[in-house]
Amino acid sequence: MSPMIKRKRDKFTLPSKYLLLILTFLCVILMGITFTTDYLGGSLGTISGYVVVPFQRGVSSVGGWLSNRSEELAQLRDVLQENEELKKQVDELSIQITELQQEKYELNSLRELYELDSQYADYEKTGARIIGRDSGNWFHSFLIDKGSDDGLEVNMNVIAGNGLVGIVTYTGPNWSRVTSIINDNSNVSGMILATSDNLIVSGNLELMKSGVISFSQLVDSASQVAPGDKIVTSQISDRYLPGILIGYISEIQTDSNNLTKSGKVTPAVDFEHLEEVLVIKKLKQQTGDAS
Amino acid sequence: MRKNITIGIMIIVCFALQNVLFRSITFGGIGPNLMVVLTSSFGFMCGKKNGMIIGFLSGLLMDIFFGSVLGLYALIYMYIGYANGTFHKIFYPQDIKLPLILIAGSDLTLNLITYCLLFLLRGRFHFLFYISNIILPEIVYTIGVTILLYPGILLINKSFEQAEKRSDQKFV
Repeated sequence: MSPMIKRKRDKFTLPSKYLLLILTFLCVILMGITFTTDYLGGSLGTISGYVVVPFQRGVSSVGGWLSNRSEELAQLRDVLQENEELKKQVDELSIQITELQQEKYELNSLRELYELDSQYADYEKTGARIIGRDSGNWFHSFLIDKGSDDGLEVNMNVIAGNGLVGIVTYTGPNWSRVTSIINDNSNVSGMILATSDNLIVSGNLELMKSGVISFSQLVDSASQVAPGDKIVTSQISDRYLPGILIGYISEIQTDSNNLTKSGKVTPAVDFEHLEEVLVIKKLKQQTGDAS
Repeated sequence: MRKNITIGIMIIVCFALQNVLFRSITFGGIGPNLMVVLTSSFGFMCGKKNGMIIGFLSGLLMDIFFGSVLGLYALIYMYIGYANGTFHKIFYPQDIKLPLILIAGSDLTLNLITYCLLFLLRGRFHFLFYISNIILPEIVYTIGVTILLYPGILLINKSFEQAEKRSDQKFV
């Protein structure tokens, strides 16, 4: 019998029961640490970011290309039909455009007069691409391809188009996690644009199946708020910058306490088809310090 | 050693596929759970210890990138890998029924635990909604993906077994 085999058999291996026990303790300790402190695996995030993010980016670009191609094929037939209809419309519209252009000049001059800039132009923003979405079906968070190396910090607001998408909850060196406002456990302090009444907008997985999220604790004694009203982020929020559009009220009812109202909000952003987002590189605290 | 590297790469590739590719081909907002397929299949193919470690690593990866609490998914996935490992003795590659049942069971367990810990405790009591709109569709989708992936999983298992045999022969 060769000594090689003997040595191999005698090699010390930990029985799986004990390994299970050790790893369980490790997990419990990690959970305890994250619960009691703000530590969210800083070095772990850094290391895994460098390993995983390149893969994510690769698959993301391939996947994006594939889904684009498949969509293109599916849409080709519709597009041909649409094309004919659109050609007719073009003629009608080109007449309208000339009218509108005249009105636009008028509008621009009026804007300059009132020094109205576009809505969020005074915040410094940076564009980022979504490179991954939450692997489970329970939560709506996603990863973007910029991190602390690009100057991103936790609690920066994320918007897309004109509406609020969410907030940065973790930053690695080259990636960040964004928790969206439709996530089941996120709450945003908002306000009705027209009446300045405060309310809380909460994400809700159950309602999100029908494309809405919920709001609550609206004090509206004068009954002025109606479906269709705009909800923006409020001044009193400690994380969200004021005046960012959240969505529109779609349903409203009085609570059983007869004091507050609650209901449903249609988000301004299409969360299903998000591909690129804008991160506002200004924290709420900084705004407060500056003023 | 080669086996460990292969497993490491597979975890990362599955994680990337899961987050990107399968998120863009969801049905009604529901995607399959590739990490459960990976953890569970390595559990019953390679035994308790391998399943446990793969479960731990995939869970930890999900915790780092998406979890609110570090270690929660790692714990759940680790136990899923371990539990599947106990079926290693009655696993035969020709029989697809056992893997399907095990993977479906693992996915169900995982989702029930997720619901109980992260939703029920926050007062979301509408259990029937969650089971019919999230848990069941995910299981069906996952099983569908498993049937497609199963030949590939078997192939990897076979190459592992052959590599082990070869290394045994080398020593004898």
